Amino acid sequence: MKRVAVQPQDFDAAAELAALEALGGGGVASFTGIVRGEGGLVALELEQYPAMTQAQMARIVDDAMARWPLLGVSVIHRVGRLEPGARIVFVGTASRHRTAALESCAFLIDWMKSDAPFWKKEYFDDGRTAWVAARSEDDARARAWQR
Amino acid sequence: MGPLTIVYFAWVREAIGRDQDVVDHPGPGATLADLVAMLAGRGGGYAQALGDSARLRAAIDQQFAPLDTMIGDAREVAIFPPVTGG
Repeated sequence: MKRVAVQPQDFDAAAELAALEALGGGGVASFTGIVRGEGGLVALELEQYPAMTQAQMARIVDDAMARWPLLGVSVIHRVGRLEPGARIVFVGTASRHRTAALESCAFLIDWMKSDAPFWKKEYFDDGRTAWVAARSEDDARARAWQR
Repeated sequence: MGPLTIVYFAWVREAIGRDQDVVDHPGPGATLADLVAMLAGRGGGYAQALGDSARLRAAIDQQFAPLDTMIGDAREVAIFPPVTGG
């Protein structure tokens, strides 16, 4: 099972997990990213490169499936305006082996952060806006998987 | 070589004030950096967005590519800041 979605609407993490559990592998790992409301943040706007995003996410999923023995992967990334507490991203993996499920889940979110064409703009309660700057630690985390 | 579409994202798009341009293809030997320099030479928002290429990333026909990559026979180039999803 391979599911890749880019969508404005919310997703049901429990339903995604249930679909992965039904594959019968015995191990399911997941990561859900949530908008933090720090420093007066009132919303994030997630922009994407529509012609490229889905294909690039599918390439990252294919890399994970080639590297670990996975029965299923589900990756969902939201776009558009998201308020604090909203879910942004979901990564779920199913395998017969917990190490494969856990490691591939970390790999997928690290690469999703550093290698999928999304950009975040922050809106604050005093009217300020700011584009989020890429963090070199995020890039380093993704590159660290290239051992 | 026909037209080349250039699409912009995030603050690059905002500074330029447009989400895409269509230009005459600069030829297969031109690099992304050559294209960025040519566009920055338009001044105004283009110079502001594209003047410092160290802050930019790019894609050729929807595949990430370093700025020293030749454009070849690509039909679409994208110019944008480092990505910040996840």
